[in-house]
Amino acid sequence: MITLLESRTVNKRFGGLQALTDVSLKIHRGEVYGLIGPNGAGKTTFFNVLTGAYPIDGGEFVMNGAELPVGKPHRIVAHGIARTFQNIRLFRELTALENVMAGHHIRTSAGVWGILAQSRAAREEERLVTERALEILDYVGIGRHADTVARNLSYGDQRRLEIARALATEPQLLALDEPAAGMNATETAGLRALIETIRADGVTVLLIEHDVKLIMGLCDRVAVLDFGKKIAEGTPAEVQRDPGVIRAYLGDHRAH
Amino acid sequence: METLLQQTLNGLVAGSIYALVALGYTMVYGILGLINFAHGEIVMVGALVALQTILFLSSAVPGLPPLVLLLAGVVVAVPACMALGYLIERIGYRRLRNAPRLAPLITAIGVSFLLQTLAMIIWGREFHVFPQLIDTAPMQPVAGVVVSPMQIFTIVVAFTLMGGLMLLVNKSRLGRAMRATAENHRVAGLMGINANGVIAATFIIGSGLAALAGVLFASNYAIAHYSMGFTPGLKAFTAAVLGGIGNLPGAMVGGLVLGLVESFGAGYIEHLSFGFLNSSYQDIFAFMILGAVLIFRPSGLLGERVADRA
Repeated sequence: MITLLESRTVNKRFGGLQALTDVSLKIHRGEVYGLIGPNGAGKTTFFNVLTGAYPIDGGEFVMNGAELPVGKPHRIVAHGIARTFQNIRLFRELTALENVMAGHHIRTSAGVWGILAQSRAAREEERLVTERALEILDYVGIGRHADTVARNLSYGDQRRLEIARALATEPQLLALDEPAAGMNATETAGLRALIETIRADGVTVLLIEHDVKLIMGLCDRVAVLDFGKKIAEGTPAEVQRDPGVIRAYLGDHRAH
Repeated sequence: METLLQQTLNGLVAGSIYALVALGYTMVYGILGLINFAHGEIVMVGALVALQTILFLSSAVPGLPPLVLLLAGVVVAVPACMALGYLIERIGYRRLRNAPRLAPLITAIGVSFLLQTLAMIIWGREFHVFPQLIDTAPMQPVAGVVVSPMQIFTIVVAFTLMGGLMLLVNKSRLGRAMRATAENHRVAGLMGINANGVIAATFIIGSGLAALAGVLFASNYAIAHYSMGFTPGLKAFTAAVLGGIGNLPGAMVGGLVLGLVESFGAGYIEHLSFGFLNSSYQDIFAFMILGAVLIFRPSGLLGERVADRA
């Protein structure tokens, strides 16, 4: 097992609220790792600290053996981590294709002068980026909507477009924040197939999800957060039997 | 009829300069939601730096052709203003990125005063004559319309720059990053776009356009002084609002429309007011437009969704 991402005693406070307390976990290369827990347990906060959206108050993240930089979200993307959002945050006024191309920004380099002069290199790069973006749209299954403005896409397609935009950054770790939220059974089945494909293509997936069936069917390992602390980690079956987890989900009085 | 064509031409010349400056206002507003009131001063700095360069070169190397002098002025003024625009953003606005909206706005007004005062200290309070390196004397009239080479030069340069900017914004990697950052700079950062870099680039490009506008303005009116940025700045702001602030084609259309309205206003004001007012009152038209737009169509000619930005 090669460790791709390790969090070491990560802490995050919001004023007096301790949102994350000494969260340590290891995500192996090539697995689908689930992060579950009751509402307010700190799952999304973990994503936000990991991707640099919030400053970290203690601890560190280590990716491929190197500590991740703090305070510069775009540099964390350069290290190979990309995410989607619980509440969709596409570039609503850009087309689906442009959203994906924006995600590919960090992997390209054409400068201002090359564009203005329409140099051969700049045009060639632009052509390659367009081609690659179309491939990614096809890959997530919305290739036919390439020229649709993002806000006009259906809800399920917007979720797929978020995944496409994240994939365009060429991540090693794809962090999905409740990708199945609001989806019907058919859409969830399609999403599950997509995540399976992504894993098969060598991208490690970190997944926050409330849909227990999806977690159980998809994840290799699961960590459970409760009140900002990791209370269990293991295969889905192990975690499901863990008395601490049952207590966290169902409340103390049932366990007594 | 001849007056009509003549005033159209004059309006296009003034309007294309307004449009260049308006683009800087609208780009910064689009990406940060900030009205950068210091932008007009960049026009002034551009003109005065170009003037200084031209005066220095023409005394140091006598006999240089006028076009070379003008080009040298531009080559010095544009990077100088780009650096100035970058510094204003870096020092003045960046740390206020998450402050209440009023804070950067007041800062912008402060920066404007600062630049004017510095320019007054450096270049004095007097009006400088800006050398007319491209002929502003009219050529042979065509269909009764008098055109000078400088006017043609102004329109050609302005439209080329506007075309280049549209290409940059709509077709390039940087332009895509700018549009993504304008929608949400936090999400853009999380998607691998260096939002600070993109915002800096926006200020740099806008300031470069303003510097060129300053050189064109000073060349057309043969004058440069420390407070020359105020009126074109305010008019360009009006043009940006008229077109729909935050909207690039809007800034260009707004600038041209404003130039035309002023020009026609100046041409016909004596008839309209029965001889009571003359063409030196042309400035009132810009501000009548600003008032009317704000009352009747606050989102501007091409703008939309201003409400959810404000």
